[in-house]
Amino acid sequence: MSSELRYTANTQLEHLHARYTGTGHADLTKYEWLTHQHRDTLASIVGHPTLTSYLAIADGEAIGRVKFEMTERMLQPCGPPPAKDD
Amino acid sequence: MHLYNLTLQPPTAITQAIVGNFSGARQQEIIVSRGTRLELLRPDVQTGKVSTVIASDVFGSIRSLAAFRLTGGTKDYAIVGSDSGRIVILDYDPKTSSFVKVHQETFGKSGARRIVPGQYLAADPKGRAVMISGMEKAKLVYILNRDTAANLTISSPLEAHKNNAIIHHTVGLDVGFENPMFAALEVDYSESDQDPTGEAFNAAEKMLTYYELDLGLNHVVRKWSEPTDPRANLLVQVPGGQLASSDRYDGPSVMHKMKGAFFFLLQSEEGDLYKVTIEHEEQEVKAVKIKYFDTVPVASSLCILKSGFLFVASEFGNQLRPIFCCRTMLFTLSPYSYLYQFQKLGDDDNEPEFSSTDYPSYGMADPTMPLPRAYFRPRPLDNLTLVDEQESMDPVIDSKVMNLLPNSDTPQIFAACGRGARSTFRTLRHGLDVEEVVSSELPGIPNAVWTTKIRADDEFDSYIILSFVNGTLVLSIGETIEEIQDTGFLSSAPTLAVQQIGPDALLQVHPSGIRHVLADRRVNEWAAPEGKTIVCATTNKRQVVVALSSAELVYFELDLDGQLNEYQDRKAMGSTVLALSIAEVPEGRQRTPFLAVGCEDQTVRIVSLDPDTTLETISLQALTAPPSAICIADMLDAGLNKTQQTTFVNIGLQNGVLLRTVLDPVTGQLTDTRTRFLGTRPIRLVRVMIQRNPGILALSSRSWLNYTYQNLMHFTPLIFENLDYAWSFSAELCPEGLIGISGSTLRIFQIPRLGTKLKQDAIPLSYTPRKFVSHPQNGYFYIIEADHRVMGETAAKQQIEQLRQGGKKIDEDVLDLPPEQFGRPKAPAGTWASCIRVIDPVASKTISVIELDNNEAAFSVAVVSFAAKNGELHLVVGTAQDTFLAPRSCTSGFLRTYRFIDDGRNLEFLHKTETNDVPLAVLGFQGRLVAGVGKSLRLYDMGKKKLLRKVENKSFSSAIVTLNTQGSRILVGDMQDSVSFAVYKAPENRLLVFADDSQPRWTTATTMIDYNTVAASDRFGNVFVNRLDAKISDQVDDDPTGAGILHEKGVLAGAPHKTAMIAHFHVETS
Repeated sequence: MSSELRYTANTQLEHLHARYTGTGHADLTKYEWLTHQHRDTLASIVGHPTLTSYLAIADGEAIGRVKFEMTERMLQPCGPPPAKDD
Repeated sequence: MHLYNLTLQPPTAITQAIVGNFSGARQQEIIVSRGTRLELLRPDVQTGKVSTVIASDVFGSIRSLAAFRLTGGTKDYAIVGSDSGRIVILDYDPKTSSFVKVHQETFGKSGARRIVPGQYLAADPKGRAVMISGMEKAKLVYILNRDTAANLTISSPLEAHKNNAIIHHTVGLDVGFENPMFAALEVDYSESDQDPTGEAFNAAEKMLTYYELDLGLNHVVRKWSEPTDPRANLLVQVPGGQLASSDRYDGPSVMHKMKGAFFFLLQSEEGDLYKVTIEHEEQEVKAVKIKYFDTVPVASSLCILKSGFLFVASEFGNQLRPIFCCRTMLFTLSPYSYLYQFQKLGDDDNEPEFSSTDYPSYGMADPTMPLPRAYFRPRPLDNLTLVDEQESMDPVIDSKVMNLLPNSDTPQIFAACGRGARSTFRTLRHGLDVEEVVSSELPGIPNAVWTTKIRADDEFDSYIILSFVNGTLVLSIGETIEEIQDTGFLSSAPTLAVQQIGPDALLQVHPSGIRHVLADRRVNEWAAPEGKTIVCATTNKRQVVVALSSAELVYFELDLDGQLNEYQDRKAMGSTVLALSIAEVPEGRQRTPFLAVGCEDQTVRIVSLDPDTTLETISLQALTAPPSAICIADMLDAGLNKTQQTTFVNIGLQNGVLLRTVLDPVTGQLTDTRTRFLGTRPIRLVRVMIQRNPGILALSSRSWLNYTYQNLMHFTPLIFENLDYAWSFSAELCPEGLIGISGSTLRIFQIPRLGTKLKQDAIPLSYTPRKFVSHPQNGYFYIIEADHRVMGETAAKQQIEQLRQGGKKIDEDVLDLPPEQFGRPKAPAGTWASCIRVIDPVASKTISVIELDNNEAAFSVAVVSFAAKNGELHLVVGTAQDTFLAPRSCTSGFLRTYRFIDDGRNLEFLHKTETNDVPLAVLGFQGRLVAGVGKSLRLYDMGKKKLLRKVENKSFSSAIVTLNTQGSRILVGDMQDSVSFAVYKAPENRLLVFADDSQPRWTTATTMIDYNTVAASDRFGNVFVNRLDAKISDQVDDDPTGAGILHEKGVLAGAPHKTAMIAHFHVETS
């Protein structure tokens, strides 16, 4: 279970956290935070047509390709999670 | 401080297009989203021309569009998914020609966020439901229905969320009248987020999940889910099929779909179109077949129209969207869209076809393994022909505002636009494009020209009347235009006015009288009183007013027998009359009730022509100069009155100023005066017909046209020779033309593109333009172009030669395909094609091109005068070899130095200086060169074999992208860290940063407004202005050595001083 859900013993809070993906909490690890940040950013790039075309021009790719690669990268934007100690 | 912004040209890049019968008529229309603007386009089935019906700003960012039609309906609605956190259903109302918001349901926060729906829209083909989804998790389904009054209703949303799932695409399935079904392409990340070994990530499957909306239970259920190709990215709905048939397209391609009569057109990122057909027996799919169809520019949307057209909204190319904001707010421009017509459907050609039956398990034996490659041969268009093309500038990468063209009193905008092989360099001039139909020299210099019909119900004009100083010439319009006698017009005197009057009579006003030429050539003449002449006249179909040299007005009106009757009294004006005008007779009325009289005493008076108060002065307006022309016209301006025409009194003054006032139709009072300077000559005003609507041509040192287009009033100069006089011209060859005289030349012309404000001339470029500079003396432009993932010409030739020597057969036809249409072959990342081009903007042509070899790409350019060479100008181009963008790296950067030869027409290579990083910005500075090389700012001086580094500052955080200078101050724009102020202290040879911004900004362009103020833009579409405190500025300038700055303590982990942001503006489409 992710630390996100472990923290939310309070059912109301739990509900809110489940509802609003990406909301942080006190026990958030650096990796989780970073992954959220990246996913938010990637989603924002795909959602703004001007940003996708900006990247497409810079990189010499088609806009569709940029959108696709950004969406693909949302799966694991910051590499695998660090191994747990316990 | 506030920024005033004016959109010179609305965005033209099409991000999405949908097709449907939006007006409810039989014809299909296209709705395109231009980022922040919705437009309804209507293709003409006969000519294939696409015209814009309406354009409407939405003041938000449109992310998705879908069309749907309720069962049994004849009209399509448009659904808009945007960044507003709302779903909006629009209905196009043809009566008011506007989009009407039928429903607007709020479901989330605003902004293009990860879990707020709006990114994808999928409509049920029967129009019963729509699914709107976000990038992750959120999917909402709305049920659409009719109420008893046949109005469209929308339900409250039903959730079909799936936690931890990234959504790639959604589509509505064609299930007939069973429960609506949607398919979504999703990837679940919950396991890969928990697995440190990375195995779960590698094993992550892309699932095709079906969601069924149970209309009985009012509930969405996840039906089933199956893994598909991990690189799948698009779902296509298969018509008439069963639940299971949803097409999947794998491979590294971006596909677009459109269904016609059961075939699909898919496009790859190279622009190749593939035709996909499905072989089926009843509901059993036997095979999926694919073959190459044609190649068109890479599109953001494809639309097939039932009339056999294919609408291609291209990603880039010719529609404009400026990427780097420039000083003028020319922000929103976009890509070409094209209209192609199907010639055939590729049924009977020799193109190889690939079928899914050729692969084990239909290619699905192992979805994680790519299928073996299939080859085809691209070729010029075979199945399609190009019918129409809409211009677009998208993207505008760099631009300058300069006045270079000769005889131009307003500056032009020069813009480097487009991408890849379809890039262009454009010159934009404010004004309407004019197309000359015919011009001919006349024996003398006429001072006025008219055209007239002979009968009121004639379709076209029959006569051209030219007035000279001492006579009048009448030309007849037939197959040729030739002089004609015995028309009843007096030819021995100049003419003041010509009018077709009554059903079939003509009228000529000349200085000594009025000739009323009846249909049988009888002439009724009214002679001016002894010793007086007519100085000016105004006419319409039923009324004539003339002003005598004695400052008297004489009024005539046509009676029911077709006789012209003089009103018993004459009106003394007390001051010489300079101009007169009456409007056309309003439809269904006997007369227009108002006459405008412009007098030498700098007044305009409105005089009544009403039978009860004939020739009584109603109102008076004082002017700043004597009037030279007046023109009353009834025009529609939706800004003032949406339903009926407004009466405008246009008053041209002798000093070139035009006043436009609104005439109250009841009281005759003048209100709401607007002024505009048109040119240096006294204004002449002519009422003309522009596309069957009244317009006004205002002639001064430039000619301006005031007309109504799409219910809005436009006032635009004509890009044409100065006209001395003009009139409408309508003949069979040119039904909507104008006729004008300039000097002794008679010109007949028309205006092809109403509604445009900027005229564009384009020069083709080879690669994506990056930057350009102008030579300070000869006016040439030096453009650097570079394309990533494209092989340079020499490198490509070498490679082909190698293949040839290796015994490979080369298909010459494929090599010779024009890159403008087919693009250049893709090369791996880190491959670049680049060149330096010299352009003459006045002659609008390329003078010379220098191709860069060794995989070098140009990134910056500047004209630098080196003090070490006695101020001789040099061109310095910052290039880099084997550049990778992310993370940024290169084997070596270079500063290439060129000398101008042949007066700047050519460049002579002097030397190149190696740098350790990419020089993204260069600039001339105090007889030296300042360069931003990666993170460091350096000063270079001219040497014999290379540039010599003098001083360096390495305190910048990511990469220097822009440089500006004034005095010894240098403004440095950092890629991620806004704009810093640096100063060069010559005595100690120090380059010091003394102020920066407290906000991180991803700078794209900067310019100095004054010594302490900088305007800049960032990549998110913001324009902002930063200012440095004048005290700090003085303090820094007063410090001779810079020791004070050097030892000052930094603030917020940066420079000791901060600039303050004094203005900020978000340009929707950056």
